[in-house]
Amino acid sequence: MSLVNPTKSTKRIGLLLAVIVLVAFPLIFNNPTVTTIATYCVMYMAIATAWNSFSGFTGYVSLGHAIFFGTGAYTLSLISTGLNMSGGFPVFALVPVAGIAAGALAIPIGFVALRTKRHTFVVITIAAFFIFQLLAENLGFTKGSEGVTLAPGGFAASDYNNPFYYASAVILILTVFLVWHIKRSRFGLQLFAIRDEESRARSLGVKVDRVKLVSFVLSAIPVGMIGAIWAYFIGQIYPQFAFAASFDVTVALMCFFGGLGTLAGPVFGALVLEALQRYLVLSLTIQNLYLIIYGLLFLAVIVLLPEGVLPSIKKQISKRLLPTGADVSFNSPDSATSGIPQASAANKEPVKEGKAL
Amino acid sequence: MSAGTLEMAILDGILTGGVYALMAAGLTLIFGVLDMINIAQGIFVILGAYASYSLEHSFGIGLFEGLIITIPAMFLLGAFIEWAFIRRLGEYNRVSMSILVTYAVTIVIEGVLLLHFGSNYRSLTASYVTQSFHVFGNYLPKIYLYGFLLALASVLVLYFILYKTRLGVSVRAAMDNRFAAQLVGVEVKRVSTLTFAIGVAVTAVGGMVFGAVQPFTPNSSYDLISRLLTIVVLGGLGSVGGALVGALVMVVVEDIISVAWTPTWATLIYFAVLVIVLLLKPQGLFGQREVRAQ
Repeated sequence: MSLVNPTKSTKRIGLLLAVIVLVAFPLIFNNPTVTTIATYCVMYMAIATAWNSFSGFTGYVSLGHAIFFGTGAYTLSLISTGLNMSGGFPVFALVPVAGIAAGALAIPIGFVALRTKRHTFVVITIAAFFIFQLLAENLGFTKGSEGVTLAPGGFAASDYNNPFYYASAVILILTVFLVWHIKRSRFGLQLFAIRDEESRARSLGVKVDRVKLVSFVLSAIPVGMIGAIWAYFIGQIYPQFAFAASFDVTVALMCFFGGLGTLAGPVFGALVLEALQRYLVLSLTIQNLYLIIYGLLFLAVIVLLPEGVLPSIKKQISKRLLPTGADVSFNSPDSATSGIPQASAANKEPVKEGKAL
Repeated sequence: MSAGTLEMAILDGILTGGVYALMAAGLTLIFGVLDMINIAQGIFVILGAYASYSLEHSFGIGLFEGLIITIPAMFLLGAFIEWAFIRRLGEYNRVSMSILVTYAVTIVIEGVLLLHFGSNYRSLTASYVTQSFHVFGNYLPKIYLYGFLLALASVLVLYFILYKTRLGVSVRAAMDNRFAAQLVGVEVKRVSTLTFAIGVAVTAVGGMVFGAVQPFTPNSSYDLISRLLTIVVLGGLGSVGGALVGALVMVVVEDIISVAWTPTWATLIYFAVLVIVLLLKPQGLFGQREVRAQ
């Protein structure tokens, strides 16, 4: 049973182990190729966790979070070059500023975009994304398509990646902590209610518009901060990479792969897929073969494990352990075929604690 | 601005708008019947363009004659993808899942195209691509007119199928209410497969004209799908007529702004127009209010 419903103490031990691995990783592996991949993994783990806290929890698919990534990247780049900062650790002080900029931008964007229904919301976020990409390309102060070059970090070459790795790890830990808090709060319950049936949530007294907007803004902030670290890490940013069209779908794939709407899922999905993608790009001699492998892997997961990897494994284990009669279907994919969205296991937890909407 | 430039811009807008309209019509049909967002429509167009390119370069088959092969081929590809992947999507989280599945399809096709053709720009060539008409004191490549006429004919065929055939009745019934359609004996599964296949088949035509009008790479699909999605949403999801109007609005707005002001901000203005329209009329220009319970 412990695998199906881990007790508090086993969960804590697992979490502690994960944090130890996260902190110790660059100390054990110091090959720069490995730590570069690890840094990207940690970045995407934080981004996926943040994206999931809005799109996974509310069911509103945002394809515009690249706006916040790009905004964070440009905020750090433009301020640090504007102030003639010479690299080193002080530049990291701009990361929270980038987060604030992304969050502030998310307020008007969310206010406008969230007035529409789900399908239209997807397209409005795409349109907003293109508006910002075009602005970055054409506005004077963003230096257009020639991009912005930052002062180099100036860290010791032997462990150059480590400051970026640890900065991302801090954002990751804070984001996971925030999302964990959201998930078990009244606010999180409201988000799940919106996902399952928005009109009913509204009629039950959930202030739907405000709740969605707050969630949207909260999810934008970590993405902006990681964008800032990313810009400093690669040292030179261009509009089409800072505002990348495939950014959101890649992140959505990570969240789905691990398990949409869960806490561990996006972290796991980002870790596996980002590492796999970087590894394939490096190791395959034939260029672009990785796209095919990546896409086919994905289609296989969708066909074979329609809920994502972690929830499917969890269900398999509980099926084995509880062969007959037990209620293991509470987050079954059958809700998909029956057409009646059921509350998933995730949003049952707060109910047990006796909280009401 | 020289005399005739504005007229030229509008004419050009209407002609290219027709091609976008055709591609968007396929997308909006798929949305209406299957209640899903098909991100792969962009790469299908590019695939159609590469198919015409290969037929022309390897077998010397002309662009228009090649359609006899590429249209059925794209139809079959669409039917296969619906059968293999789309059919497995449930009602729950359908929008997100459809985006993910069709994105996975997109990157597989993109990978195959990159592997086979590389990432250099290609373009379709033929006598009618390089020859021009002389109108409003400017040159208009013949392919613009031919492409427009072909797109127009395809849209008419689509309309004929939708409104004059038994399949069309089923398709429209499934669009209105999937469940009720099933109750009165419409084989919704079969209709879904056929609709998806038809929606993909039109990209063979769209891809050929797109490839003749502008150079393309396997990476061109992202820009294209974003435009198609905005057209469809602007016109109203599930409305074929709306897709036609949406496409014209997009291209004409961009062309007029390019000529009258600056090309730099033309696309941005279009997206801004889209956002404003959707704020005033969230269901799009011709969309029904609450097409589906969402």
